Amino acid sequence: MPVISPALELSDRVGAWKARWGIGRMSYLVPAGVYALGSPTPDDPVLVTANYKMCYDLVRRELAGRNVWLLILETHGINVWCAAGMGTFGTEELATRLEITRLATVVRHRTLILPLLGAPGVSAHEVLARTGFSVAFAAIEARDIPRYLDGGMRTTAAMRELTFTFRERLVLVPVELVTALKGSVWIAPPLALAASWREGHFSPAAALPALLAYTGAIAAGTIAAPLALPWLPTRSFAVKGAVAGVLWSLLFLAATGWRGLPAAATVLLVTAFTSFLTLNFTGSTPYTSPSGVKREMRLSLPLMTGGLAAGIGCWIAAALR
Amino acid sequence: MKGFSHLANVATLALDREACSGCGACVEVCPHQVFALRDDKARIVDRDRCMECGACRTNCPAEAITVDSGVGCAGGMINEWLDGILPGRRRGGGCC
Repeated sequence: MPVISPALELSDRVGAWKARWGIGRMSYLVPAGVYALGSPTPDDPVLVTANYKMCYDLVRRELAGRNVWLLILETHGINVWCAAGMGTFGTEELATRLEITRLATVVRHRTLILPLLGAPGVSAHEVLARTGFSVAFAAIEARDIPRYLDGGMRTTAAMRELTFTFRERLVLVPVELVTALKGSVWIAPPLALAASWREGHFSPAAALPALLAYTGAIAAGTIAAPLALPWLPTRSFAVKGAVAGVLWSLLFLAATGWRGLPAAATVLLVTAFTSFLTLNFTGSTPYTSPSGVKREMRLSLPLMTGGLAAGIGCWIAAALR
Repeated sequence: MKGFSHLANVATLALDREACSGCGACVEVCPHQVFALRDDKARIVDRDRCMECGACRTNCPAEAITVDSGVGCAGGMINEWLDGILPGRRRGGGCC
């Protein structure tokens, strides 16, 4: 059985940083199985988490100075929350992993401590019926584990309440940004080409303002809107994003002095794009429901498409004049 | 969740109070405090906070809870929709 340390090395920190920036994020994992942290006895607690390395690192770091068993489930490198939603951090995998690792022969007690956000996938009563182990959903955040263990394994109200603080939103920004920039491979070149076409010939310098407007729209949708989320108006992500887009386009117009059709094209295109990017951020928030996102998409995607078409129309009209 | 709420009146969450045994598992697993125990049975105290994760349904021994659960992610839904109209489409890596 592997014996592990709670200390995070430089390579662990670099690995977490790379995952946050979307570098090798889908293959950042540790092998599933039972690990010994410190020198646990058969009476020491068992904590269960996913095999996304960031989950494993967060949990073991919080367990410094303790003797515990870690049971790592095979979620194919996906975090607890997403894996529970997909069912891979689930009853079936937990029961199978208990069998493979023969955990019942390793520990004398029959209690498993799970992250609360694993509950969508793990049915505590089914696990008990199938394996004889009772499941305790301890807390949402790994940082609450020490208090949970020291407080007689009791979950306080605060430990089971989700938060979405500025800092928690900030760590999500890099992946949003990188994903949008990857998509730009398909959008930016034709945009630059179209923008540089002036009076029958190409003048590359003319592409710069268009690329600036575009880059700003990406920043508004993937950095500004997520960070300013609670302060942007309405509950709708599409509207929040549209507001961020309008603000950025007004700033851009003030700087460039564009008027008339080019200005209208900028506002329409930037707003539609920023609104879409912000709607996409629903996937990273811990409070939007599929029904809510579906309704938002039904209402806003036609408007975004309309805005896009109208923006292109204004642009063509301006070019033809 | 303090300071955040998404669209109102959309969640598909429903609780059959007749079937509820009052074990309180839903109260314990819900990360948005949608349930509370009243008169020895669970009660939905704020449906609009529900994000349809399905933790309550999965952990209800009495099978008293129904919810059309899933991941509330626009990217994932667009991917599913594209898979529907473009069979055999290759997907890049991504969580949904």
